[in-house]
Amino acid sequence: MTRLWTLRVAGSGLVLAAGLLAVEGPPVRAQDEPRVIMITARRFEFSPNLVTLAKGETVKLQIKSEDVTHGLFLRPLGIDAEIVPGRVTELTVRPETAGTYRAICDHFCGAGHGGMKMTIIVGE
Amino acid sequence: MKKHLDRRRFLKIAGTSMGVGALYTVWPGLGRSAEAAELARRLGAATGERPTPFSFAQLSDAHVGFDGPVGTRALEKAVATINGLPRRPDLVLFTGDLTHDTEKPGEHAARMNLFKEISGRLQVQKIYHVPGEHDAGLDGGELFRNVFGPTSYSFDHRGVHFIGLDNVSRAKPEVGAEQRAWLAKDLSRFHKTTPIVVFTHRPLFDLRPDWEWFTSDGDDVMNLLAPYENVTVLYGHIHREDHHISGHAQHFAARSLSFAFPDPDKVEEKKAIPFDKDQPFKNLGLRLVDRTSGAAAHADTIRVQDVELAMSEFSGTEGFQQLTKPATF
Repeated sequence: MTRLWTLRVAGSGLVLAAGLLAVEGPPVRAQDEPRVIMITARRFEFSPNLVTLAKGETVKLQIKSEDVTHGLFLRPLGIDAEIVPGRVTELTVRPETAGTYRAICDHFCGAGHGGMKMTIIVGE
Repeated sequence: MKKHLDRRRFLKIAGTSMGVGALYTVWPGLGRSAEAAELARRLGAATGERPTPFSFAQLSDAHVGFDGPVGTRALEKAVATINGLPRRPDLVLFTGDLTHDTEKPGEHAARMNLFKEISGRLQVQKIYHVPGEHDAGLDGGELFRNVFGPTSYSFDHRGVHFIGLDNVSRAKPEVGAEQRAWLAKDLSRFHKTTPIVVFTHRPLFDLRPDWEWFTSDGDDVMNLLAPYENVTVLYGHIHREDHHISGHAQHFAARSLSFAFPDPDKVEEKKAIPFDKDQPFKNLGLRLVDRTSGAAAHADTIRVQDVELAMSEFSGTEGFQQLTKPATF
């Protein structure tokens, strides 16, 4: 949870900096900002259920739930988030090792919970 | 000549698979010294009872209400098996997923009551339960508490300290800071050699995190238990046997009474092993740890300095057939 909070603070800082620059300096270039991937969680699936990242790429995941509280857990990438309905959970990841990973919902959400997963492919 | 005894051979918990759960036998080692008598007295003072031989059984993952071909037959078979043992265990521990969850109004409570009715046929001194996520993940354990009481607790039995831990009712696979604080306080009155049995639902180590076979703060729990030299952790959840050692602790998983999962080292996907109609109880069951003849100890000659918790498992995958095989360890 600490990590997630840190990332949120960092994200807020980025927004604040962009706002200041819009008034007093040149606009922030789009390529300086991390790619944003929107993910929707609903019983008992993630959409999309396959995400492809590049090694060393900083990516911002924005995840929302359409029904109940879900989790998103993937230890190798340091992902451990609660996805609470009514708000967007945001976290930043920067995978350092290529491979195929399986993220799971780790907040019990009903009878099909055990099959709620998402594949993340980290390419070279 | 006075026989030298390994100080760790004071007490053993040993087991053998019997196909429909796990039956563990605890027996003290022999010793007649004044030191042993004093140590027995001290342990008895800590737990309320001096260590004496006894056995207990572990059953797990009955999933009453699950729409599968076995239904409640394996649970009923396990109950009948235990009741038919020539020496019945003192205790039966259920390590979660007593029921399969449902959101149909009233149905989950009906399943919980059906489980209670069937397990209530066990002719043993006491039955203890901890919840699985299918019992307590959706309602924070409210139904479980209404039917069975607290989701975590401890008790002493014949010189062994038992701890039921809840790592499911927070919905995520975790024990949580509050329960860990309770555990630390609970453990504080015990000597480091006290035999401790922890029973819980999910593994307290990273067995296969991407199958949700882990507890996120399992390391914190095991760190609290680390000073204790004789810790056995019994769990369910994985629907198959497993043995793992971490520090002084040994971790054992019991088979399910509903359906089986495959070996996580051999397959990538977590899918139940297909049902075999010709062998309906194959891969299901409980593990039996039976008492060997002649292993009985005399309570007044117990050596209490140190404890060895060791298990020799008579394993296999042929379900109830194992009941007919002799225990060996």
